[in-house]
Amino acid sequence: MAFYVLLEWVISLLLIAGGVFAFVGSLGMLQFKDFFMRLHGPTKGTTLGIGCILMASMVYFSVVQPGIHVQELLITLFLFITAPVTGHMLAKTGLHMHLRYTRDTRGSPPELRDEDVGQGRVERPPRPRRPASEGQKRRWRLRR
Amino acid sequence: MLDTALWISLALIVAALAMNVARLARGPDIPDRLLALDTIYVNSIALIVLLGLWLNTKVYFEAAILIAMLGFVSTMAICRYLLRGDIIE
Repeated sequence: MAFYVLLEWVISLLLIAGGVFAFVGSLGMLQFKDFFMRLHGPTKGTTLGIGCILMASMVYFSVVQPGIHVQELLITLFLFITAPVTGHMLAKTGLHMHLRYTRDTRGSPPELRDEDVGQGRVERPPRPRRPASEGQKRRWRLRR
Repeated sequence: MLDTALWISLALIVAALAMNVARLARGPDIPDRLLALDTIYVNSIALIVLLGLWLNTKVYFEAAILIAMLGFVSTMAICRYLLRGDIIE
């Protein structure tokens, strides 16, 4: 009897821990300042949270129903393998798109160093010249 | 006690989903929205597992596995589209 009470405690603890971790991961995604900070919450917190919830489900069904149920382990393993891959690809996408980042986000990956990428930065083509309008001429005169 | 823990976990997961939707609506750039979608599918797997616990049945685990695999593949596809401009070259 005491064994079942202990198991109930374990399942409850795993459920609440999973919920808290998933919540904290999403909170980080909502609150952090730039994309590279926001990437940290879901890739770590949410993955651990869902792992905890799936473990709780596994323990529960192994106790309630006859036999051992390890199908949840499959989802857990899959998510634990794919979450870093997803995070890596998202970080690469963010670097590729040159997203803005705060000063606290440190490091200089090759994507952000101009001299390391191919032949260097491509110059922007010159702007087509257009005859200046009256308003522009007046503004130039005022600036001088 | 298991009931209470299930309710608490359910409330936390739903709050997490609401925050994900907020980021999905607000996200300033495309990768932010992509990250929000990725987190939404992970949280929906948690929601399905909690539903299975609530109804005391295991018929929903195939749906959870399907969501996990399709979510990963779709995130990879959109990432690749944003990175290379093409999914299968």
